Amino acid sequence: MNETSQLPDLSQIPDAISERGRFSQLVWIIPVITMIIVASLAVKSCLDRGPVITITFKSGEGIEAGQTKIKYKNVQIGEVKAVTIAKDRSQVLVTAEIFKDAGWLLMEDTRFWVVRARISRNSISGLGTLMEGSYIGADAGISRQSQYEFKGMEGPPVIAIDEPGRQFVLHALAIGSLDITSPIFYRGIQVGEVISYELDKDGRGVSLKVFIRDPYDQHVKANTLFWHASGIDFTIDANGVKVNTESMVSILLGGISFLSPESLGNSQPARPNSTFTLFANKDEAMKRLNAVVETYNLVFMESVRGLLTGAPVDLRGVTVGEVTRISLDLDPRNNQISTPVEVQLYPERLWAFYRGKPQRGKPMDSRQLLNTLVKHGLRANLRNGNLLTGQRYVALDLFPKAMPSKIDWSKNPPEFPTITSSMEQFQTTLMKIVQKIEKLPLEELTDDARQTIRTLETTLQKIEKLPMEELAGDVRQTIRTLDITLQKIEKLIKNVDTAIIPEVHSTLEDARKTLDDVRKILGDAKKTLSHDAPLQQDLHETLRELSRAAQSLRVLGDYLERHPESLIRGKEDDR
Amino acid sequence: MRQELTAAGLGLCSCHVCGLLSRLDKVDGPAHCPRCHTRVHSRKPNSVGYCWALLIAAYILYVPANLLPIMETGTLFNYREDTIMSGVLHLWKTGFWGIAAIIFVASIVVPLFKMLALTLLLFSVQRRSTLWPVQRARLYRWIELVGRWSMLDIYVVTLLAALVHIRSLATVKAGAGAIAFGAVVVLSMVAAMNFDPRLIWDPLRKGYKL
Repeated sequence: MNETSQLPDLSQIPDAISERGRFSQLVWIIPVITMIIVASLAVKSCLDRGPVITITFKSGEGIEAGQTKIKYKNVQIGEVKAVTIAKDRSQVLVTAEIFKDAGWLLMEDTRFWVVRARISRNSISGLGTLMEGSYIGADAGISRQSQYEFKGMEGPPVIAIDEPGRQFVLHALAIGSLDITSPIFYRGIQVGEVISYELDKDGRGVSLKVFIRDPYDQHVKANTLFWHASGIDFTIDANGVKVNTESMVSILLGGISFLSPESLGNSQPARPNSTFTLFANKDEAMKRLNAVVETYNLVFMESVRGLLTGAPVDLRGVTVGEVTRISLDLDPRNNQISTPVEVQLYPERLWAFYRGKPQRGKPMDSRQLLNTLVKHGLRANLRNGNLLTGQRYVALDLFPKAMPSKIDWSKNPPEFPTITSSMEQFQTTLMKIVQKIEKLPLEELTDDARQTIRTLETTLQKIEKLPMEELAGDVRQTIRTLDITLQKIEKLIKNVDTAIIPEVHSTLEDARKTLDDVRKILGDAKKTLSHDAPLQQDLHETLRELSRAAQSLRVLGDYLERHPESLIRGKEDDR
Repeated sequence: MRQELTAAGLGLCSCHVCGLLSRLDKVDGPAHCPRCHTRVHSRKPNSVGYCWALLIAAYILYVPANLLPIMETGTLFNYREDTIMSGVLHLWKTGFWGIAAIIFVASIVVPLFKMLALTLLLFSVQRRSTLWPVQRARLYRWIELVGRWSMLDIYVVTLLAALVHIRSLATVKAGAGAIAFGAVVVLSMVAAMNFDPRLIWDPLRKGYKL
């Protein structure tokens, strides 16, 4: 076959069979589909992207970009995307992406903190993070305002926001051994914790936020008393040794107890975030079962040495208040130093003294009552409480003779009138006496005294020089002579008794006889001289005649005086 | 220069199944072998169009393949998702430079290069370029050869996912990126297969019409 090696005759090659219409552009579906898939993926990932939040922390310990998760109730809700330092270098900015379906957890009051292994006084937490690494814990807020920038907390919150219960604020002078998570006891049961504490803005106290869990929070009433139950309360007083503790836990960690005194009646459960005073111990808390506390200022013009804050204000032995602050005030106008003492009075206790008890809940009444009492002489003064320690207290008492005064309500706190204390008065009197003594001419007096003593001395010396024995001899002789004289007198008296007295007796008898005679004569005389005696009658008549004759003579005389001529011519009438 | 004869140049084509030569000149559109009725064509029909479509799809998928995590590893201590690039960086940081380089080349450079090369070939074919046909042919051979090695990543992931599956202690899962990446590799391979290298040479023939 030669032809096989030759190029075959191309004309013999048959034609291919034609086919119609099976060409298509179907292949372009592939890129279109991929495009759709990828685009949908892209759109989905864009839509699924959750909110990006920024949390600031003081330290980035344990936080890693792309690693650290954000968990709420131990469920991951997001992831840290970046960790950067703030421009002012003060903080660490953690940028995190929160899953879209967890975005609604990001509220204004949502809190974030780094969960890491923590060992504190009263708890060990976050041990799991030793293996898994730290994560950022979240506590979703209940606010409706969403937010994307947060300030991270340094430690985990003690109480989750959604935990049922109520928060309260306690005011204390010092925090003592309390700390965040310190327990709160109600009748020995732990019912809550201290959530946070901060110094008051004026630096005069500490505010503690406490949380009381749900079934127990209703026992916190408006008049509930809170006190430090920290450690052991060890007191020695007149009643002996007393040891008070709340529980072992509180001995070790400190704590707070509270109680609603039944004596003050059943009041409404306290509103959340109400403020209470945290007392140093139970006794102090129980002292003040007073809902109403009024502050007054007592301005003393004397030294308040020995008066301490916390000293009682008492009214005849009953404590009605407490000293809260002692300060010093210099008045530049008259250069006087006064010591204003701020006291808290419990007017409810004053009402106890008042017969016509006003109704509760009328603070104006205490004002009226105090006004009346002050009008009647109620004053504050300082008294010695303890002579040994020199501690003093403020006593309220009635001084009816005190200068009239009033409570100055215009000041804040109102100024309560004071009176200088009796001790002080005594001291001033003593001072006056001493001054008077000082003024006495003591030297002259002593000179005089000395001179007197000297004269006395010389007199005595003179007396000493007298011949006492001779004198004694003379005296003895005189006495003897006297004795003899007396004997003589005695004899004389005896003579009188025996010789003279009988004679006197007979003489007296004679005299009596004579007197009898005299009485008879007098009786006769009386008869003679009586009115109806004839002699008397005659005498009377004679005298009457005589007076008539005298009258005629007087008439004659008068006539003759006026008409001397009648002696010659006779009476004119006769003519 | 000697006249180079090609079947297409003579208007002929051989059947892939029975080997019969037939004449295509008079046939318009798709043709059948006159003996066994298998479809015959002198060049792969619509090769450039197919190639373009698949290549574009591969390009599109290349984006999620690199952005989505290719592997999710969870151990007792941590859980991480790695994209190809983050895995490479992680290996590089931890000191496995060799492995990092291999993965980088096999998973990022090669697929990208392959797609770029195919694009170049397609463009040159469409523009009937007559430049460097030999080099282009070599490039095509290289594409075909190297294409399957791009699946290295996918092999690693699938192997690990199958082997390491100790619940709660350690798990390895293929991520969405692995699917995308696998699709990129497959699509580019298919695109390369669909490319008819004879088209490189056709413009050299006189009177050639696509």
